[in-house]
Amino acid sequence: MRMILTGNYCAAHGAKLSRAKVVAAYPITPQTTIVEKIASMVATGEYDAQYVPVESEHSAMAACIAAEMAGSRAFTATSSHGLAYMHEMLHWASGQRVPVVMPVVNRAIGPPWNIWVEHTDALSQRDTGWMQIFCESNQELLDTVIMAYKIAEDRRVLLPAMINVDAFYLSHTLENVDVPDQDKVDSFLPPYSIPFKLDVDDPLGFGHLIMPDGWMELRWEIERSMVRARKVIEEVQTEFNEVFGRSYSSIEPYRCEGAERVVVGMGTMTSTAKDAIDALRRKGERVGLIKMRTFRPFPGDEIVQLLDREGIERVGVMDRSTSFGSDSPLYGEIKSALYGRSDVMINGYVIGLGGREIKVDDVASILKDLEVGERGRVKWWGLKIEGESGDEMKSEAKHGPD
Amino acid sequence: MIEVRFHGRGGQGAVVASTILAEAYALEGKWVQGFPFFGVERRGAPVTAYTRASDKKIRSRVQIYEPDYVVVLERNLISSVDVTKGLKKLLLINAPDDQDLGKLKDSHPDLKIARVNGTAIAIRNGLGSRTNPIINTAILGAFSKCSGTVSLGSVLAAIGGRIPAKSEANVRAATEAYKEVVIC
Repeated sequence: MRMILTGNYCAAHGAKLSRAKVVAAYPITPQTTIVEKIASMVATGEYDAQYVPVESEHSAMAACIAAEMAGSRAFTATSSHGLAYMHEMLHWASGQRVPVVMPVVNRAIGPPWNIWVEHTDALSQRDTGWMQIFCESNQELLDTVIMAYKIAEDRRVLLPAMINVDAFYLSHTLENVDVPDQDKVDSFLPPYSIPFKLDVDDPLGFGHLIMPDGWMELRWEIERSMVRARKVIEEVQTEFNEVFGRSYSSIEPYRCEGAERVVVGMGTMTSTAKDAIDALRRKGERVGLIKMRTFRPFPGDEIVQLLDREGIERVGVMDRSTSFGSDSPLYGEIKSALYGRSDVMINGYVIGLGGREIKVDDVASILKDLEVGERGRVKWWGLKIEGESGDEMKSEAKHGPD
Repeated sequence: MIEVRFHGRGGQGAVVASTILAEAYALEGKWVQGFPFFGVERRGAPVTAYTRASDKKIRSRVQIYEPDYVVVLERNLISSVDVTKGLKKLLLINAPDDQDLGKLKDSHPDLKIARVNGTAIAIRNGLGSRTNPIINTAILGAFSKCSGTVSLGSVLAAIGGRIPAKSEANVRAATEAYKEVVIC
């Protein structure tokens, strides 16, 4: 059904269409309208689920873990400080192998307070054992919620999935969305089942202490599942396309054919960037874009192969996040994947933190900078401090303080 | 691409107006976006909201800086907010008369300025209260007429879809404003 929906309502519809039977959540701007919408749909009987109004995000995830262990598909959503507060339970979810699905409306973490988009909240959870997928549009968000359950619950995976949603650019923006029919979703997404669950008739113990001689093997299981998930994600995306006619991929190249210079990004910046690429292509510039949909598991091989196949020479990685004192997160990942396998020039650009807009001109100026830029730099793009970017900071460090 | 910016005060319904307009364009088969200014909102403080519509899928994910149309829900905003900033085509304002509009016209000779007494229309249709009339549906009727970018029928259908309460009064207000709007 064609509807006009905000990203947050798409997330809510995604939970309902996926028949998540337990929703435990705590409201936080800009995630609030996801759980408001769900609470309202549950209250009117439109959505058959148990809504648990918990007192914190930590408890929200604890409730979701327990629900999934007891045999019910669970859903929650959060943002920023809420995600940070949930951190311990994120490890618990992946360690317990419960395939919870959770949209995170990406927002900067204070202080000072800032309610606008930044990816640092999610990327700070990099090592929790959650899959992470970034979305470019409301349709992609709705579709990804449904796909994420299928991926996460696959017996080859059994890991939780985080769906990243740019604050306001998706969460509070109405767009045309094709909401799939429940019958079709039911035929695509089988009923929830996990291999081990809490059952009074077949009692099992969970959450034991494990000695050093067993721990590494359990962690290896998670690692192996994360690697397998790369294949499962592609399989599920292919099947989704067959059923619903919408195509997604872990990395999505845009006009990379014959490109010399490309920018790489995640989330809504890749949408605006397409306008920049089209404008520059019209002027005859050989430029392209790589949209990263999956951040964990990281599709490093696919990136290397794509750059190699297309003969791309220069890469600018746009990060809506930073890792103080080192490479920005996505830039570091891609640089690491390229090590020893490619000698393409790659620079990092920290841009759009705390909701600062990433406009067509910003993307164009990064592509311009790549023409002349020096390799291996991280630059803070668009800083309002005269004469300062990551460049100057780096040379200052090199030469030491005065 | 059609880009519209709304100016109002928190509580007047500027954000709802931007969503109804998006819905109306979508009913005509267009790709749309409707969104509030990504800021903090307080009742009574100036509020901005936006609508985009296009025959092609919209990829731009930035706020609107050079709108084709601007809709102002309250006349006295023009003394505190730069409502014509970046404006390319037409300003529609809720005002009972031409007072203060002459100055705007003189300083922006290339712009078309349209006026409708949305406040009076809302009050006589019982929308909101006398001190806090809700004029967003009326102003959209006027917008349909003076912009020519969306039919009154689509606006009325979108109002019906988005606002369940006082549906008839809202439809009447939009229709009256459609008839009463004047180009200054």
